[in-house]
Amino acid sequence: MSLLTRDVSCREAVELVTDFLEDALSARDRRRLERHLAKCDGCAGYLEQVRAVVVATGAVGPEDLEPATLQGLVELFEQYKGDS
Amino acid sequence: MCPREPGREDGKSGARKYAATVDDGVLLEKLLVGDQDAFRLLVSRYHNSLVRVARYHVDSDAAAEDVAQDTWVAVLRGVHKFEGRSSFKTWLFKILVNRSRTAGSRDRRQVSLDPTSVEPTVAPSRFDGAGAWTDPPTPFDDLVSAHLDDEVVVRAIRDAVRELPEPQQAVVTLRDVEGLSTYEVSALLGLTDGNVRVILHRGRAKVRAALEGVVRGGLT
Ligand SMILES: [Zn+2]
Repeated sequence: MSLLTRDVSCREAVELVTDFLEDALSARDRRRLERHLAKCDGCAGYLEQVRAVVVATGAVGPEDLEPATLQGLVELFEQYKGDS
Repeated sequence: MCPREPGREDGKSGARKYAATVDDGVLLEKLLVGDQDAFRLLVSRYHNSLVRVARYHVDSDAAAEDVAQDTWVAVLRGVHKFEGRSSFKTWLFKILVNRSRTAGSRDRRQVSLDPTSVEPTVAPSRFDGAGAWTDPPTPFDDLVSAHLDDEVVVRAIRDAVRELPEPQQAVVTLRDVEGLSTYEVSALLGLTDGNVRVILHRGRAKVRAALEGVVRGGLT
């Protein structure tokens, strides 16, 4: 609501970042955020950090599998591999 | 970095890199002819994410592990029926969710979310009274991408994700760790797209804060 009446603050801008990246902001909110980002290095830096986090989270992937868990799954494989 | 042979998934970054270079489709074809190494790579790639997402649906770690194991049995029994209309990953997580429901450990939780909640995702101390940065973030993309193999970075990200409360953990795992679309995530978890975005927003903010902490602590 505040977005309709005045410039977005940095504190508000950071809460819009996910909807911005997900392309889920209204056209009006998107324009307001883009205007803010164009003149605010801090928020542009924040957006860039979040983008980097998404890329890094995907690159790093899930936790490594415990050897015992892997072994248990391989035993399942040996038991069921003929079934398909 | 030395290349590793398949089947040696001991959790080193080299193994992770190797696994990431082999396409799921290639592994599935090998799985069809009973190749154990292909199975090892697939479970190394997905099992822990399956457990994490199962944990959203069932009420204990042990039950989540069981559901994830049941999922692999279903994969082994049904791999010849997989037609490639969706990605293997999507198929796999759909099986998991169906198994979780069959396990019936509990009805899917009511996620009570107030999308208008103003719980801040950045420490209020970083803004002045007018809401402008007093301690602005600086871009760290180049630095982080150059250090993706560093244990300190890997640890920071994985620990941050593991410490997320549900449903943030399931949403961040599916959306960011596994790269499924928001649409797929909402279907798998029985949430609206809007709620997925709210949950994702909170989860990502915590991972960002953890990574920023590592960067500020000094990456060289
Ligand atoms: Zn700003």
